[in-house]
Amino acid sequence: MTTDTVLDALPPEHGEEHDVHHIRKTAMWVFLGSECIFFGSMISTFLLYRTTTGDGPGAELFNVPFTSASSFVLLMSSLTMVLAHHAFERHDTRQGRVWLSATALLGATFLAGQIFEFTEFVHSGLTLSTSPFGSSFYMLTGFHGAHVAIGVMMLTAMAILSTSGRLHHGRGLNVELVGLYWHFVDIVWIVIFTVVYLLQV
Amino acid sequence: MTAVAQSVDHDPKTGLWSWITTVDHKRIGLLYAVTAFAFFLIAGIEALLIRAQLAGPDGTVLSAEAYNQLFTMHGLTMVFLVVMPIASAFINYLLPLMLGARDVAFPRLNAFSYWLFLFAGLMIYSSFLFGGAPDGAWVGYSPLAGQLTETVRMDFWAVGLQLLGVASIASSVNFIATVFTMRAPGMTMLRMPVFVWMALVIAFLLLFSLPAVGIGLFQLFLDRNFGAVFYEAAAGADPLLWQHLFWIFGHPEVYVLVLPAMGIVSEILPVFSRKPLFGYEFVVFSGAAIGFIGFGVWSHHMFTSGMGPVAEAGFAVSTMIIAVPTGVKIFNWIGTTWGGRLRMATPMLFSLGFIAQFVIGGLSGVTHAIVPTDYQQHDTYYVVAHFHYVLFGGAIFGYVAGVYYWFPKWTGRMLDERLGKIHFWLMVLGFNLTFAPMHILGLNGMPRRTYRYPEGLGYEFWNGMATIGAFIIALSFVFFIINLVRARRHGGVAGDDPWDGRTLEWATPSPPPEHNFDEVPLVRSLDDFWHTKYAEDEEGRAVRVPAVTGAATDADTEAGDDHEAIHMPSPSYYPALASLGLVVFGYGMIYLNWGWIAVGVGAIVALWGLFGWSLEPVTKGDDH
Repeated sequence: MTTDTVLDALPPEHGEEHDVHHIRKTAMWVFLGSECIFFGSMISTFLLYRTTTGDGPGAELFNVPFTSASSFVLLMSSLTMVLAHHAFERHDTRQGRVWLSATALLGATFLAGQIFEFTEFVHSGLTLSTSPFGSSFYMLTGFHGAHVAIGVMMLTAMAILSTSGRLHHGRGLNVELVGLYWHFVDIVWIVIFTVVYLLQV
Repeated sequence: MTAVAQSVDHDPKTGLWSWITTVDHKRIGLLYAVTAFAFFLIAGIEALLIRAQLAGPDGTVLSAEAYNQLFTMHGLTMVFLVVMPIASAFINYLLPLMLGARDVAFPRLNAFSYWLFLFAGLMIYSSFLFGGAPDGAWVGYSPLAGQLTETVRMDFWAVGLQLLGVASIASSVNFIATVFTMRAPGMTMLRMPVFVWMALVIAFLLLFSLPAVGIGLFQLFLDRNFGAVFYEAAAGADPLLWQHLFWIFGHPEVYVLVLPAMGIVSEILPVFSRKPLFGYEFVVFSGAAIGFIGFGVWSHHMFTSGMGPVAEAGFAVSTMIIAVPTGVKIFNWIGTTWGGRLRMATPMLFSLGFIAQFVIGGLSGVTHAIVPTDYQQHDTYYVVAHFHYVLFGGAIFGYVAGVYYWFPKWTGRMLDERLGKIHFWLMVLGFNLTFAPMHILGLNGMPRRTYRYPEGLGYEFWNGMATIGAFIIALSFVFFIINLVRARRHGGVAGDDPWDGRTLEWATPSPPPEHNFDEVPLVRSLDDFWHTKYAEDEEGRAVRVPAVTGAATDADTEAGDDHEAIHMPSPSYYPALASLGLVVFGYGMIYLNWGWIAVGVGAIVALWGLFGWSLEPVTKGDDH
């Protein structure tokens, strides 16, 4: 085999900064693949139990207009995330920070909506213990909420780090990786919203 | 060129702290190996206690309660704390060396996986001090596992397994990223050693199967501690949900346990037959096929649960199909040895033992695919015989072969051949004496997971034999331990390439330096290292090429790296700290009444570790 064909087959060399980035992005995609099964298992459980409400309340509790609004908020946070990433690509740290903060704020708003919703449901008699429906509803939406919360924490941490110029590609936390994670959490919510709220009506 | 090696920054590399903070894949591999072997001895003692109890009718060695704990812990330990980590040990040590890389993609994540595995394993074992070990079998069938609420035993099981799962997913992400992005120049996917391929397949298997059981464990834990009703039949829950979630994980898991052993055997057979692996592509793609089909057979564990004829027929067929790629591998291994100049050294003996016994276990496994037959065999000792033939006669034999084969690379010392052969023959004898009779016991109706049997059912003789066999296995491992200890001082010096190997790890010194390769090798073909040593004459025979030392890293190597200092990642204590925090958090979740403090402390420590880790530079003085 000639050297030319050998060099054609070269994988990207590592060690350079952009290659470190490539490795991390590969890993993040792989991890998100695993997350698909994580949420898939919970969604399957919910589908199994969606009518197993026992004596407790069921899907009639859902306030679809309210949840639609909070879903809209979460989806808009994907837009601000893209803008944040774009700003950092242009090395515009100040604007990047603004969009990061906006993303975190939108995520926090979504979480506040979820807390409000959970409180309402508990007052209407749906708890984790009411029925398999209740258990699987709280587990699925709760774990999604936990993912959003972790995302908000990472976004906030990045926004703070960017003030002291300590945010760069070489670090474990960087905007593109968190962006991938954040978009994934949003996309999963589209599935959850469809399966849990829309299919029930 | 020597300047390259000298420019590597030499921190003090001894002492406990250096092991706690190490991020070197070779050291982490050794840590995995030693820890897994310790757990292996513990699980072996548990097995001996079980066999002592069953040696004769109406055994009195163990109470029913103790028996339940011991068979649960034996299975749990062997699967999660022995075979998975020993596979991880091999993968950690060998993957970067075989790929021509300096380390795995994420050295600190690698350390995190190890420490979380160790702490979670110790946590599960600490349950013996807190009122008893898990006793609901390693499969933890719910609703049974959910109803054993008077003690925290199954909580230890649920939390411990969850943490082990996190560690394994982290490893899987790491290994996949390593294979995809860290290969040496010219190392295309189809030039990778089969062992690396099998490591890649099992990483994907774990990645996509562990989250399913993770959800099941969360559900079980919520049922037991937070009043959820996922498995509460009275509330209308489906008792089959657990079985599905568990076996969607559990069946891919058995391939996770055995595929790395198959990879090891696929490395050893060509070296000791002095022939290339027969049908490399077939071995690789049948391994990948096992990975894919492995996700479509889980319900054959549930034929007696009343799924209905359609599901039973479908899973029966898929189960028979998965035997095909396995058979392909067997024939390829036989083809590899066929006409080779065989060297019957200990690694080769264990590999051949693997093939013979794995075939027996595979065939008895196919009988389970026939649904009416499976109705008869379900939960009898026939099943116990089957999976021990696959997992002990198969996997453990393969891993032991791997230890004999790579021990010289790890330590620079050879293991003794005579002791190795005694070990092998005793282990073959003991193994077959223990588990072959269980086929007969099972077909005669002896149920598994029962702590004693009455006299007069015809179970006495073969149970007695099985117990004798178990103690012979134990004896064989005494020879193994003697061999390991002896080799430290008296083992022959191995040199770089004692077996005349084919893969890149043999191009490094034994043991390899921290940075593995002074120069990143350039790979031109499959078994490249072999081709640097041998050429073919007109009749196709291998002829030794003179002056081979360092040939894989000779002048063809990429010029770019040559004169730069090699930056290896600095040691870090954050991974160990983060995993410690997670385990403290886990204890707190088990003892919620007073454990909120532990939950808080654990969460803070874990977050401290994770943030510290993501903010510290990978290499000291590299904070640009």
